[in-house]
Amino acid sequence: MQPAIAVRALEKTYAEGAAGVPALRGVDLDVHPGELVMLMGPSGSGKTTLLSIMGCILSPTSGHVQIAGQEVGKLSEKQLPAIRLEHIGFVFQGFNLFPTLTAGENVELMLDLKGVRGEKAKNRSRELLERVGLADKYTTFPSDLSGGQKQRVAIARALAGDPQIILADEPTAALDSQTGQTVMEMMARLAHERDRAVVIVTHDSRVLSFADRIVRIEDGLIAKKRPESEVSPELLVHSAAQAGGILIA
Amino acid sequence: MPPLARRNLFHDKVRLTVTLTGIVFAVVLIVVELGLFVGFTTTTSGLVDHSGADLWVASKNVPYIEQGVAFSERRLNQVRAIPGVGEAEKYIAHWTQWKRPDGSEESVQIVGFNVDSNVGRPWNLVQGRTEDLKTPDAIIVDELYKQKLGVTRVGEVFEIHGRRARVVGFTRGIRSFTTSPYVFTSFKNAQDFVGLREDQTYFLLVKLTPGADLEKVRRAIGGQVKDVEVLTSHEFSRMTRIYWMFTTGAGVAVLLAAVLGLIVGFVVVAQTIYATTMDHLREFGTLKAMGAANSYVYKVIIQQAAMSAVIGYVLGMAVSSFVVRASQHGGAAILMPWQMAVGMFFLTLTMCIGAALVSINKVTRLDPAIVFKG
Repeated sequence: MQPAIAVRALEKTYAEGAAGVPALRGVDLDVHPGELVMLMGPSGSGKTTLLSIMGCILSPTSGHVQIAGQEVGKLSEKQLPAIRLEHIGFVFQGFNLFPTLTAGENVELMLDLKGVRGEKAKNRSRELLERVGLADKYTTFPSDLSGGQKQRVAIARALAGDPQIILADEPTAALDSQTGQTVMEMMARLAHERDRAVVIVTHDSRVLSFADRIVRIEDGLIAKKRPESEVSPELLVHSAAQAGGILIA
Repeated sequence: MPPLARRNLFHDKVRLTVTLTGIVFAVVLIVVELGLFVGFTTTTSGLVDHSGADLWVASKNVPYIEQGVAFSERRLNQVRAIPGVGEAEKYIAHWTQWKRPDGSEESVQIVGFNVDSNVGRPWNLVQGRTEDLKTPDAIIVDELYKQKLGVTRVGEVFEIHGRRARVVGFTRGIRSFTTSPYVFTSFKNAQDFVGLREDQTYFLLVKLTPGADLEKVRRAIGGQVKDVEVLTSHEFSRMTRIYWMFTTGAGVAVLLAAVLGLIVGFVVVAQTIYATTMDHLREFGTLKAMGAANSYVYKVIIQQAAMSAVIGYVLGMAVSSFVVRASQHGGAAILMPWQMAVGMFFLTLTMCIGAALVSINKVTRLDPAIVFKG
């Protein structure tokens, strides 16, 4: 099966000083549809840089990045937004909802970018909010939502673009344990039930059980991959059981 | 499109107030400075512009209306004999001294014209009639200068150049660019007030017969009447304006103030709009990360700036109109012709969108990776 994301010999050096600061030093990684991969590692190890490059937000210094079979490493900054819009959904640690828009409008904004407008967008937005358990929050502003609700709106927004890839940066960092579990259940369902490739950067060891694969990054290199075969069936059952009750698109 | 621009603008009331205050301040500042410039410019040539004459006959090399040089009134008949001349009248505009009741003296500018003619008459009369000037000592002054001249009512008697002068009426809003108010009177009285010989005049005002060719008549007068210069009212008005506004340096100060007003206004608007955009920088980063093209983000920013401009303009013009109206009772007129009001709208829009473009530059270079930072 063609990987949703394929990264080869990826290097990224930030220009700082004469030599620059290497953030990634030759990373190879494939993420397949239906797979939930967690990127772990100490601060400054290169996780977020890798996520940014896979999300077409950052260009690599060298190496190859394929998104849905398309080489994006050499695309210009003008071409990258279209790739993001077409293939990638983001979930951020700080939620990054638009505070002046209601939950429904936040979702509609993504639909607007995709060219879906008017009543169709409103209906789709309501549908997505319903699927993350927030049907009654359509007209609620983010400031009136709890952290978990905000993250669920962010997930609904990411889903509005119908992406094949979901990239999440510390999605549970700002949430309490219970809410974090709920959010992770949703992410797991996105991968397993909707065949999406989900990559999560996390420091949160409480959510590791949801991973199909854990990739550790240290000093810009992949230190250890956890093979898919090592993910116990119990973990998957555990994930699926905890995710019950909320249907993800 | 979800109303992101509108919501961004109205969400933070304090920020909105600061933004609109900045724009209103800029609009009022620019209107007042430009209005002063227009007011002063218009004032300098007020006599020419309201004279009703098509042509002005003056001595050679007269640079502006207040600098007329006396010449023989015999040229009046020569001018009247030229085909195309419908009416030609003698006219005086000259400084002299006015004695107040308390004995102090003020410089005034005597404007003398033929009361029976249709040229050179005062305008905006609010008390008395122009025909009242037919009596030997009659004068009309503007009510703006009542205090300066010590005038309180019609009928009061003063002394001009040692001669009796009686107030028979008032005009409203006829300002003088200099500190010397205009005093309208008959040509004969004016000769006495400025000490001009009986057979002399400072100007001849010419009104053409209907259908006459202005240039043709002008050339004919210039060719047949010696030692005079023939100027169209438009030319003489422009010469007078240029003299007062630029040659003397008085207008340069006003013009500089107007230009400074424009610059300060633009800077204030730029700073406020820029700050508003910067407040939402992270959101624009999120938009870009979500896949929005730069053009989409620009649209939001420009919409926001345009809305600010429209609201700021409306509020600014309301305040400006009040200031303009209030200035009508003062010595310095702030004028706001409709062209300025319309131009101001586009200027405000341009300033706001221009300022937004400055911040757009920042957004263009915005690293979408900002979304991963905290």
